[in-house]
Amino acid sequence: MSKLKYLKNVVTLQLNEVRCIGCAMCVEVCPHAVFEMQGKKARIARRDDCMECGACAKNCPATAISVQSGVGCVTAILKGAMRGTSPDCDCAGA
Amino acid sequence: MRYRIDPGLYAVGTPTPDSPVLVSANYKMSFDRLRSQLAGLDARILVLDTKGVNVWCAAGKGTFGTEEIVGRVRANRLDEVVSHRTLIVPQLGAPGVAAHQVKNRCGFRVAYGPVRAADLPAFLANGMKATPQMREVTFPLLDRLAVAPMELVRWAKYALLVAIAMLLLSGLGAQGYAWQRVASAGPWSAGLLLATYVAASLLGPALLPWLPGRALSAKGAGLSAVFVLALAGLHAGAPSYLGNMATLLGWTLLVPAVASFITLNFVGSTTYTCLSGVRREMRIAMPLQGAAAIAGLAMWIVGRFV
Repeated sequence: MSKLKYLKNVVTLQLNEVRCIGCAMCVEVCPHAVFEMQGKKARIARRDDCMECGACAKNCPATAISVQSGVGCVTAILKGAMRGTSPDCDCAGA
Repeated sequence: MRYRIDPGLYAVGTPTPDSPVLVSANYKMSFDRLRSQLAGLDARILVLDTKGVNVWCAAGKGTFGTEEIVGRVRANRLDEVVSHRTLIVPQLGAPGVAAHQVKNRCGFRVAYGPVRAADLPAFLANGMKATPQMREVTFPLLDRLAVAPMELVRWAKYALLVAIAMLLLSGLGAQGYAWQRVASAGPWSAGLLLATYVAASLLGPALLPWLPGRALSAKGAGLSAVFVLALAGLHAGAPSYLGNMATLLGWTLLVPAVASFITLNFVGSTTYTCLSGVRREMRIAMPLQGAAAIAGLAMWIVGRFV
């Protein structure tokens, strides 16, 4: 079975290669192998595989990565849109 | 039923000060799965208060996060309990945890463990090094089926309401309302709607990689094509079931609308879809689903009278 792929060209992931210090944390935390090391810098090798979880941006000590992450479920997005807030889900917990 | 366990420091086997510390959520299943994978090993588990939510979802909301880790490390005086300064944090906790900030604030280095707890023994034996396979999230058939009932339960109320409405509306006819028709044609219509709903909820996730298109709403519509073709075939072979073309046309719109909507909602359960993509997909698919559902129901009602 081939890897499941989502929509092309929608991902908001950005990497500032000037800021990158080459620590490779992004390579480590990404659950979809989006990043690769090229010499002493990270680079986005598989952009469309990104699921915008935000792990890379959160763990980048050089704040070289930005991505709009959030709850990607339909009802959360609808609820957020109605309230004018960011997507918020109420599955379990509270 | 309570699915939460108390946050704090737990022992597995008979840990020494050198034994590894693994961080987990206070969702009972997360904790139990982790414990069972560590059978035969000596370790400590630092359970965070994630309000009973699993690691990945809690990390997305930040409850499994830097703040909680630093707080629990301090509250449990971990620096006095263990001789090393390493925390093994599940990789899927990373969206909530800034490893460098944990290190700065409490002195413990974060080592991201594998995605799946089953890989932990190999990860530990390998000097806390994860292979690329351990780092990657997959979405195999069994995982897809495990989360599929979520949508099935979530929309059941609405599906039943529509089914009951269709059952009652089945009594409509050119010669007035007839309870006899509710009994004869009603169950067939209500059943067809519920069958569409259940089939989309289970077959959508099961057949996900093989359904055409990338958008989940498109996959759902594709899945429903088989159903619609079967109905068309039934109408050609045994016209008495659907009765007339208007009814067939109604179902031809209604079935894809329902299937597409249900499959679209599965984006919340997948391990690979992204927020930006879901937003785009919703903007295009939901107006179409709504229009098809309303037109389909209207045609189906027209079918009662012709």
